[in-house]
Amino acid sequence: MTIELKKLTKRFGALTAVDSVDLTVGDGEVLCLLGPSGCGKTTTLRMVAGLELASEGEVYLGGKNVSDRAARDRNVAMSFQFYALYPSLTVAENLAFPLYGEGLSKTEIEVRVARISDTLQLGGILNRTPGQLAEGEKQRVAVGRSIIRDPTCFLFDEPLSRLDVQLREEMRGEIKLVLQDLSRPTVIVTHDQLEALTMADRIAVMRDGRIEQVDTPHNVFQRPKNLFVAGFIGTPQMNLLTATLTASNGANAEFAISGGQTIMIDVDPRISELSPGTDVTLGVRPRNLEISNEPTPDGISTTIDIVEPMGAETLVHLSDGQHVLRLVTDWRVPLNEGDKVHTRFLPGTTHIFTADEQVLRTP
Amino acid sequence: MANTAKTRSGFGAWLLDPKRRGALLVAPAITILFVMNIFPLMWSFGLSFFNYKASSLKVPTFKGFDNYGKVLTDERVWERFQTTAIIVSSSVIMQLIIGFLMAMMFAKVFPLRRIVLMLVLTPMMLSFVSVGVFFKLFYEPTFGIVSFVLNFFTEERFVLLGSPEGAILGIVIADAWMWSPFVMLLVLAGLVSVPKYLYEAAEIDRASKWRTFWTITFPYIKSLLLLAVLFRTIETFKLFDVVYIITDGGPGSTTETIAVYLYRTAFQFFKTSQSSALAYIVLFIVIVLTNLYLYAVNRREEEVE
Repeated sequence: MTIELKKLTKRFGALTAVDSVDLTVGDGEVLCLLGPSGCGKTTTLRMVAGLELASEGEVYLGGKNVSDRAARDRNVAMSFQFYALYPSLTVAENLAFPLYGEGLSKTEIEVRVARISDTLQLGGILNRTPGQLAEGEKQRVAVGRSIIRDPTCFLFDEPLSRLDVQLREEMRGEIKLVLQDLSRPTVIVTHDQLEALTMADRIAVMRDGRIEQVDTPHNVFQRPKNLFVAGFIGTPQMNLLTATLTASNGANAEFAISGGQTIMIDVDPRISELSPGTDVTLGVRPRNLEISNEPTPDGISTTIDIVEPMGAETLVHLSDGQHVLRLVTDWRVPLNEGDKVHTRFLPGTTHIFTADEQVLRTP
Repeated sequence: MANTAKTRSGFGAWLLDPKRRGALLVAPAITILFVMNIFPLMWSFGLSFFNYKASSLKVPTFKGFDNYGKVLTDERVWERFQTTAIIVSSSVIMQLIIGFLMAMMFAKVFPLRRIVLMLVLTPMMLSFVSVGVFFKLFYEPTFGIVSFVLNFFTEERFVLLGSPEGAILGIVIADAWMWSPFVMLLVLAGLVSVPKYLYEAAEIDRASKWRTFWTITFPYIKSLLLLAVLFRTIETFKLFDVVYIITDGGPGSTTETIAVYLYRTAFQFFKTSQSSALAYIVLFIVIVLTNLYLYAVNRREEEVE
């Protein structure tokens, strides 16, 4: 079984919510659709489910073109953002609900409900109605109801968005465990990058109805394809500095950072495609910056604006007069607001983005 | 400011004191309410224990519970209650069915929905008297539209109100025509309160239309349906104007509801005390029904929360 989307497009009047999306999700693979709200990720999911019909393009489930079929004829399982538990039914009846259409015997239904309630530890609440459940329990029932059948694929719409932080971490682990056992393609929609990074085999980052990058969580973080992905993934956000290339020898390059300072860093060989004088954006993650006492050629001088202790680490806001830089360092490093310090860019960590916002990197 | 306050003195100042302003403002309303409603209510309650006749000059004497005993043992009163029960139950059932079907229709979006909805709601806003007159004219054997249309098929005049069953049907149709939109409004409120994602979940879970209705839709409207039944029962129980105008209780006394009978006892036969007693019995029944209704309202509120 696979999910295949070909040039999938959805228009609502003049608005294009999803713009020509191509995507393949393999058997047993977990793919996260990640993006800011309004980027079209939920609409994409609903088109896979059949709750929305595509304006253009095709949806293939298990190799079959189901683009014109209604949701009930696609045999998908889906868990909704607001859980969508049936308020008049008990937990056990909610779990059994998708099985009523399968023509199973009563005992077979009971066996399956028992198996799911064991997996998700719902034994104690089987006779309660959704109104009597805590948020975390509702979430588990919703997940249980979606995995009780053997569908062509599993779809989760913002599965953890309504839980508080602690419960979210707990459920993330639980869902990941459940997902590992599913041998069907799974799509999770989320706006929370931590959720995507921890649960997904691959992440599709979306913006304005388009997919910006599809890659493993590791690559999305380490090798962002463009400025948007670089800025969207990772907390604290990646530092982005506008600069002009002044000289390069193929391995190292010198940039004039707007504001007047220059920096010499090692770069990708593709730098040779750029001629001196080209405007670029330098991107470096807060954990790849280092405070040094001496001025170095691969660093710039900065002033400490704000010091935010975060427990094991400290987040420092620095200013070079033009840009605000975020730096994360060990909590033991002594720092005072107003101090002038030198900030080094650690070797091999700077991403270079050209004027069209694409990264300059050897694939 | 200090000056004007100083110039007022005595009763005027006492009356216009800010402390009394609130009481002063509601005084006219309270007075009218007392004179027009509360006093007659108490007075008639008192009358129900005497043998008073509004048409006679005899000094009334105290009779205790005689009037209540007389009313409750009167076979005619029980007949009128039966007639009322038949009209109430058939009318409420008809309103429920029609109202429910209309609500299902209006829950969907279709062209001109707002305008049609507005038109459908108008009967509810008409006065009882005009509805009564409309239907009396509709049913009129010689000129009425019902007779006129049926004339094409039977070539005979159609006298709906001639038979007891026909007369009851005529009243029930008029009442249901007027009040089905009310039931529709209540049911519609329930239908639109169902979250859309529940239907989507049922679609994903491949539930049949029938199962979807009973699992999702019905729980959302059942308490509102109960409210509609109770409210319409209370109202129809007191039905007077429409019956009085369309059939005047006839033929014979076959459509004489308890309200019409009460009116006749009081203002045609002038058995004032006896009718007061009957009125209090009716009031008692309505109070019981109203409490049931309030209980249902409270339960609905708890459910919504």
